Amino acid sequence: MPKRQISLHRQMTDYFFTGLAASLSVVVVCTLIAIFAYLVLKGAGSLNWSFLTQTPKPVGEIGGGMANALVGSIMILGIATLFGVPAGIGAGIYLAEYGRNRLGQLVRFTSDVLNGVPSIVIGLVAYGLVVIPQRHFSAFAGGVALAIMMVPTVARTTEEMLLLVPHAVREAAFGLGIPQWRTTISITLATARAGIITGVMLAFARVAGETAPLMFTAFGNQFWSYSAREPIAALPLQIFTYAITPYDDWHRQAWAGALMLVILIVGTTTLVRFVFMRRMLGGAR
Amino acid sequence: MGAAREPHIPERSAARQATGPRTPKSMPSPESSKVSLVNSTREVRAWKKSILTLDSGFKGLMTVAALVVLGIVGLIVAELVQGSALAWQKFGLHFFFGSEWDPVSGGFGALPFIFGTVVSSLVALFIAVPLAVAVAVFVTEMCPRPLRKPISYATELLAAIPSVIYGLWAMFVLVPILRLSVEPWLMKYFAWTGLFDGPAYGIGMLAAGVVLAIMIIPIISSITREVLIVVPQPQREAALALGATRWEMIRMAVLRNARAGIMGAVILGLGRGLGETMAVTMVIGNNPAIAKSLLAPGYTMASVIANEFNEATSDLHRSALIEIGLALFIVTIIVNILAGLMVWTVTRGTPARTNA
Repeated sequence: MPKRQISLHRQMTDYFFTGLAASLSVVVVCTLIAIFAYLVLKGAGSLNWSFLTQTPKPVGEIGGGMANALVGSIMILGIATLFGVPAGIGAGIYLAEYGRNRLGQLVRFTSDVLNGVPSIVIGLVAYGLVVIPQRHFSAFAGGVALAIMMVPTVARTTEEMLLLVPHAVREAAFGLGIPQWRTTISITLATARAGIITGVMLAFARVAGETAPLMFTAFGNQFWSYSAREPIAALPLQIFTYAITPYDDWHRQAWAGALMLVILIVGTTTLVRFVFMRRMLGGAR
Repeated sequence: MGAAREPHIPERSAARQATGPRTPKSMPSPESSKVSLVNSTREVRAWKKSILTLDSGFKGLMTVAALVVLGIVGLIVAELVQGSALAWQKFGLHFFFGSEWDPVSGGFGALPFIFGTVVSSLVALFIAVPLAVAVAVFVTEMCPRPLRKPISYATELLAAIPSVIYGLWAMFVLVPILRLSVEPWLMKYFAWTGLFDGPAYGIGMLAAGVVLAIMIIPIISSITREVLIVVPQPQREAALALGATRWEMIRMAVLRNARAGIMGAVILGLGRGLGETMAVTMVIGNNPAIAKSLLAPGYTMASVIANEFNEATSDLHRSALIEIGLALFIVTIIVNILAGLMVWTVTRGTPARTNA
């Protein structure tokens, strides 16, 4: 093999840029590690039983927990899922099965627009739509705000996943005399199930950490509340409230809450990635 | 699913009639075959009708769900326009050029917030773009195969962390680092630029820019990766065959082809940065002033809404905040559409590929 005729300068440039890209990538990965390390370091010590079972103590008293915020988050997310997921899946079915027309284009475009709307603006709108007519902050309003944010993500993933189902499968169903609606529900949707669940869970994980839309809707609450019609605490809101106070004990709790939120979200996304994604790609491709 | 509510119409038996023999109970005996044929024709007709009704009902239901998406955006626009009407009537276009923000006396101008949003996003882009593009290039073109997945997974994890946690981390980890080491260093060596004046608070435009940068790296790098992947393989091979080194191949065959898409990715990152609320609110200092120094505290459009909306006492104040929200909405939409078009010019015509 002849010796490569590459000048030293070119060779060095190549090494330089390879090194640069590699080291910048290392910087990014290290940032991630730093964030997680701090979360675990500062949060793990405070993530104890009382944190999970107690409500916040008044300023100055050490201890207390975020149990009410945890329950509140679950309630708000439940309401959001209840409204957001059916609407999103329905819109996704429309786009995949009937959407090859002007309206489909418009809906696709609109849902991309909706996906890019800043979450704080969604909060403002939910305030105007739900809080003002009801005349009080409520878990319901928070759920509506988050539902709005879930719809476009769920719709677009549902559409993508349904389109991955081979057309022959639909044709086979029609050939057996199965009506279209039944085909869609029992065959197409069932085939794409893993992918759609992935999309739903990713949308869920995305809104689970949202704070801005809850500020003017769920509002936060220092006490227990199980009513959808009352202001309610939420984990991200509580983290924010505690973080911006000057009290060390509250900072400690904010870290614990943050750790918990990250475990929840990263747990969801990782689960989705390793369980459903594999099955979906294995099944549909 | 709403359509599951109407399962009582006997479509199941109807479907069986259409495909095969009828249920044994009503199996036609030879002598009654004529009657049965008439019956079955009628039944088939009824069955057809019920299917058509169900089918159009199902389609209608799904259409309603699709219209919900349109409705939501319509409601957002209506709500923002209606809510901001008061401020718009009072200040008109001047609202966006006034720099006074005084809820007590009722003078509102959004310029400091627009300035803060733009500057913090630009700082973020300045930091994030080289990092994100480097990660994308490294992952798609350079790094050994076993490292690809972990690195792209790590950048995706960055995207999964909620804004408020970035804020928390920035407040207690990033800001002290900036205050104690980075900012004094910048003041010492880059004071001549005039961008790094004044006391090092830690919190301020720079801190907001850095945390925003961390937050937008994942989106820029994942979209850049997508557009790099769709650059045709023969193009790379041609460059290498002509004797290019790997970097020359990347520069001439890959980056040049993907530049519109990379630009789109950057703009998409900008769109994300403009609307980011919590993390920025926690570290920018929340001071409605226009300062030349990046070390000075600022304020952004999103954070003024977050901070003041619940405490707004006058209708005018609330309306002014909603008008800022409307402006934010319009700007992010324009930015996102622009970015989408630019990414599309690169990836169009190629089937979506999963990146290995």
